Amino acid sequence: MVLGLVAQRLAAALPTLAGVVVVTFLLTRALPGDPAAYFAGPAATREAVEEIRRTLGLDQPLWLQFLDYLGDLARGDLGISITTGQPVLADLAQRLPASAELTLLGLAIAANFGVTMGVVAALRPGSWVDHLCRMIATAGVSLPTFFTGLLFVYVFYYVLGWAPAPLGRLDAFSSPPPHVTGFYLIDSALAGDGETFAAAAAQLALPALTLGIFALAPIARMTRGAMLAVMSSDFIRAARASGLARRTLVLRYALRNALLPVVTTLGMVLSFLLGANVLVEKVFAWPGIGSYAVEALIASDYAPVQGFVLTMGVLYVTLNLLIDLAYQAIDPRVRIEA
Amino acid sequence: MISRRHVLKAGTAAAAGAALSAPAIRGAAAQARRETLLLVSENPPNSTDIHGVGANRPAYEASWNLYDRLMTFGVKKDANGVDHYDYTRLEPELAEEWILTPTSVTFKLRRDATFHDGTPVTAEDVKWSFDRAVSVGGFPTFQMRAGSLEKPEQFVVVDRHTFRVDFIRTDKLTMPDLAVPVPAIYNSGLAKKHATAADPWAMEWLRANPAAGGAFRLERWVPGQEMVFARFDGWKSGRRPALARVIWRIVPQAGNRRALLERGDADISFDLPPKDFQELAAARRLKIVGTPVENAMQYIGMNVTRPPFNDVRVRRAIAHAIPYQRIMEQVTFGTAVPLFGGPAEPTEPVWPQPSPFVTDLDRARALLAEAGYPNGFETTLSFDLGLASLNEPIAVLVAESLARLGIRVTINKIPGANWRNELLKKELPLITNTFGGWLNFPDYFFFWAYHGQNAVFNTMSYQNPEMDALIDRSRFTQDEAEYRAAVKGFIAKAWEDVPRVPLFQPKLMVAMRENVEGYRYWFHRQLDYRVLAKV
Repeated sequence: MVLGLVAQRLAAALPTLAGVVVVTFLLTRALPGDPAAYFAGPAATREAVEEIRRTLGLDQPLWLQFLDYLGDLARGDLGISITTGQPVLADLAQRLPASAELTLLGLAIAANFGVTMGVVAALRPGSWVDHLCRMIATAGVSLPTFFTGLLFVYVFYYVLGWAPAPLGRLDAFSSPPPHVTGFYLIDSALAGDGETFAAAAAQLALPALTLGIFALAPIARMTRGAMLAVMSSDFIRAARASGLARRTLVLRYALRNALLPVVTTLGMVLSFLLGANVLVEKVFAWPGIGSYAVEALIASDYAPVQGFVLTMGVLYVTLNLLIDLAYQAIDPRVRIEA
Repeated sequence: MISRRHVLKAGTAAAAGAALSAPAIRGAAAQARRETLLLVSENPPNSTDIHGVGANRPAYEASWNLYDRLMTFGVKKDANGVDHYDYTRLEPELAEEWILTPTSVTFKLRRDATFHDGTPVTAEDVKWSFDRAVSVGGFPTFQMRAGSLEKPEQFVVVDRHTFRVDFIRTDKLTMPDLAVPVPAIYNSGLAKKHATAADPWAMEWLRANPAAGGAFRLERWVPGQEMVFARFDGWKSGRRPALARVIWRIVPQAGNRRALLERGDADISFDLPPKDFQELAAARRLKIVGTPVENAMQYIGMNVTRPPFNDVRVRRAIAHAIPYQRIMEQVTFGTAVPLFGGPAEPTEPVWPQPSPFVTDLDRARALLAEAGYPNGFETTLSFDLGLASLNEPIAVLVAESLARLGIRVTINKIPGANWRNELLKKELPLITNTFGGWLNFPDYFFFWAYHGQNAVFNTMSYQNPEMDALIDRSRFTQDEAEYRAAVKGFIAKAWEDVPRVPLFQPKLMVAMRENVEGYRYWFHRQLDYRVLAKV
């Protein structure tokens, strides 16, 4: 049943992915900027630029370049990034865990605080708690992430000295844990290396908090709305009349029923966080895929941009699938027709 | 390799055995930190091979410290007492000595020098490296050609430790060109193992795997994030470097780079905005060194092939309408040398030197009226967005000033990736740009920027046979008096025809912690780890 659904959804995703491949290929070509001129270096003559163009295969007609690209894709070859000089697949594989670790932690922070704030606010609508929650959420979403990030760096690193230097995933004198998942927290825990775990967690704290604050608002608001609706519904009134403890009532009955729209929101938030963390990655020198794609874009380096968009496409499809499955787990009444 | 973690682990083990006291552990960590330089920059190196396609400036730094050249330049003190490479003195690096004749130069290689893998350095390696530089095309081939080093036949292996370069013409740039970063010496045996039929020069492999013998080995490279260098203890080509390790981290945010330096977490960085350098210098918490970049200038270029800038009176009007002083105050914050308000005629054959122009709007207005534009005209001022922190305020100030002459300026920001291409097309009417040459000769600058060969750096498409004659004479004359006359002649011509208006000579600014010693300015504007120390 579940397997059938997965297969069905995956099949439905294929045209989407094909579209992503075509569109990214065309878009990167339509961008202003000439990679051949860029990489020919400052002293290039016209001939030198043409020579580079031939080396890069950019003198071929567009359809031939596209066929080449498809052929490479089929072999799992995403090309070479000219800016880092590495295969794009290797770059992405190395950087994806960095982005994912940061984004998931940011989401966890946002979900924890957001759901709590939403529930608290819904239980006392119109009270000062409600207003405070709304204020915090609004402030979080209105401040651009790079601003919050820079502010945190200034206060917690520069002035107070509590946070470690914003130097990426580890300080300069630690070395990464043995590679298992690519998530430093998990890998260092698996290796039993408390020192590295602490170092990685310290580096993660500020960027994750920055992302979390940004993502707080939609979650808090959705939780509050859903909770309000549920709390005023008949079955809750019945349960309350039957004398159920308030704690059981709120957490087991009301919250569980209010979760469905919250999960949808979480999925949405996660996907926009994957995009929004580009700025956070820049501020904290975080070696993620977002900053990678932006740097490549600036240099008109096609291969990494295409690889990035394709990866994101795959991620989104997977994410949607997971959310659909989560629906079923939360509410068995949901039956999804793919 | 000593990382903090290892030191601390060793410390824990030792503490368990009660063999080491706590201060001793801290001492070891402090020792490691003192021998380690943490360098932060905005852009990551994309290669360790300076011959590679698209190797960027940071890659030059990697190559410079990983590889040796045959010769290097001497050192002198500049006006501020800072170490400055001396382009008039060539000193031994991999070559112990050399014999220079009018038709060739013969190098004696060090007999005890080895590459990082222990293979001895031979004349075969030198030949392979030079052949590669002139054969692979692109930047390295271009740079070699600048010193009349063009064909593999010029490079001759005499015996295992003797190597000769035959000259194809007398060119004063040949010898200095052998000491720039491009003619680095590669371990040819190692490189050939990784060459393929499609890639005979092992371009692919050498990008990430140095086959080098320089003062530092590549310990780790995480592209886009960090590069870690460790001292090569078998290095014979110079004095043993004081630093055991150099960690180069990429920090994209300028504010964070400054914070890292101020907090003492990073030791040195070039990449800060001019205003930050000014503030840091005033606060005296960090050592700030600014060295005028030799043979370089920021300028306003005018396309002389089409109206209105084909009229020399319009160009002179522009030269008198630029708000020079405001640019110095509001854009460079003292991190540059002014290039205006000089004598009417050049008195010394030096470059860059101040132009005779000063801001004089009445004069500019009169010149414009004379040229038939009493009410001004419309034009576009373009710049490279990649260097926007400097270019954008300049463009705004210039546009503002020109508006007072009735010249309506549209500012055109061109993305870095597209800038070169636009320059190659030679269609932009008005630009602000920067240009510098590695080799510090006025004629070298003029050959690229003013000569009728119309290279990409002649962004004005300026062509004048009299100018070309003066430039060519200065390049190849052996007579000192004739040389001086020719250089002063072409500078005077540049003031008279004014296809480009110099604004300022930028300074290479670097901020370092107080305990960093030995910083040396190099023409390639990258760090030389070999001479740096922490005290």
